[in-house]
Amino acid sequence: MGFLDTVLGRRKPARPNLDSLFALPTAAITLQVEMDIMPTGRGSVGFRAPEGRAFADVADEVRALLDADGGPKVELTADDHGFDWMVVSTDPPDVPALVTDLHAVNASLVNAGFGPQLLCSIVGFTDPAGRSLAMVYLYKRGTFYPFVPDGEKRDNVLELQMRDRLTGELPMEQKMENWFAVWGAPGL
Amino acid sequence: MKKTRYAPDRGLGVRVFGTLFGLGLLYVILGALLLALGFNAIFVLVLAGGMLLGQWWFSDTLALSAMKAVIVTPEQAPQLHAIVDRLVALADMEKPRVGIADNDTPNAFATGRSPSRSVVVVTTGLLRRLDRDELEGVLAHELAHVAHRDVTVMTIASFTAILAGFMTRSMMWGSMMGNRNNANGAAVFLAVMVVSVIVYFLSYLLINALSRFRELGADRGAALLTGKPTALGNALIKITGDMGRIPTKDLREMQPVSFFAFAPALSGRRGGGLEAILSTHPSLEKRLENLAKVAAELGQR
Repeated sequence: MGFLDTVLGRRKPARPNLDSLFALPTAAITLQVEMDIMPTGRGSVGFRAPEGRAFADVADEVRALLDADGGPKVELTADDHGFDWMVVSTDPPDVPALVTDLHAVNASLVNAGFGPQLLCSIVGFTDPAGRSLAMVYLYKRGTFYPFVPDGEKRDNVLELQMRDRLTGELPMEQKMENWFAVWGAPGL
Repeated sequence: MKKTRYAPDRGLGVRVFGTLFGLGLLYVILGALLLALGFNAIFVLVLAGGMLLGQWWFSDTLALSAMKAVIVTPEQAPQLHAIVDRLVALADMEKPRVGIADNDTPNAFATGRSPSRSVVVVTTGLLRRLDRDELEGVLAHELAHVAHRDVTVMTIASFTAILAGFMTRSMMWGSMMGNRNNANGAAVFLAVMVVSVIVYFLSYLLINALSRFRELGADRGAALLTGKPTALGNALIKITGDMGRIPTKDLREMQPVSFFAFAPALSGRRGGGLEAILSTHPSLEKRLENLAKVAAELGQR
């Protein structure tokens, strides 16, 4: 934030970084080969729908766009925190196609001027024990982090192992404070 | 073509700039006065500056203990932390510490000398009264204060008032010592006294105006971040409505933290005239009007 913004009491909204998401398919292969963590083929884009007609129209357009090509299924759901999620499913699991569709959702929102509303993207995986886990992409920072729910807690050990394995392939979030939990997020 | 819906509010920017310019002028006047007075005045300057620096440096500790607030961990207050986490991720800022004050007055405040040292506190009264979206709006408002560095800005802004107050007082002490017997000394003394009082009064007005504009700026920032100006407006209506019933005597004691609070200690009634000028927070109508503007910008196609 610039000095002038501070003096005048305002701030520029954080713009999302969409590009790093495309590094995910290779990382998914690494997880699969080295850690036996398989993609579920589901992923989602979490965003804050602002009030007003403008956003509702954009959301409708995005859904129509993704449904039109007869490709992956798209559904819109809300979570307990007031955020909306566009969930994309591919069957059989196809991470590159999934990422392409997630990117289409992002790009549509950004083009309509709603880039600052993007929260994070989630791509689902399952570990050998059958637990659901996720790679979370933070749009505003352009970084990834793993989220492994284990009952009421997080399996931090596996999260750290995943980070160590993927460092170098993905821009991993360095600050652990930013690894916020996404309990029960759609697409997990 | 990428559009932006997040253009800064020019009018608000101009008003903030105007107030700061006025405060700057007062600095110059005070500075000239101090130079004319010589050594003793420098001592006053250092003393006032030191006091203010201490207040700013320890603002988080001071406010926490004044409000009897405790820092809570994500395990102790998972809901609250979840809201803050998401807002912080949306805004891409550092996560401040989160505290709760056991107090039935619905309010919230943010303080701390820098974003990394900041703490955002809500009262239990606030948690009881607001629903999730409204609480989120209030937290976003406090996070906006943190992002805008309002604690630092207001500290610097209030320097003139504190300095002028100090000078008035030191003049009084000086006169009681009785070391100014000649006519020339008495004239200088009187002049300094009058200028100090005027500067004090003017800076008081300007600081409060600045505070009101910063509040509007934080409301705007919060509404743009959450995308829900209406929820923030509802929170304001709920809180200020309740606040009106609380006796003013209690509220004056809250004055030290009033600058960073969500709803002011003294408000709730329809502000107008003198009250509007002397208040640190804009009237409810002004704030709702400001939020309606954001709602219109978000809804534009």
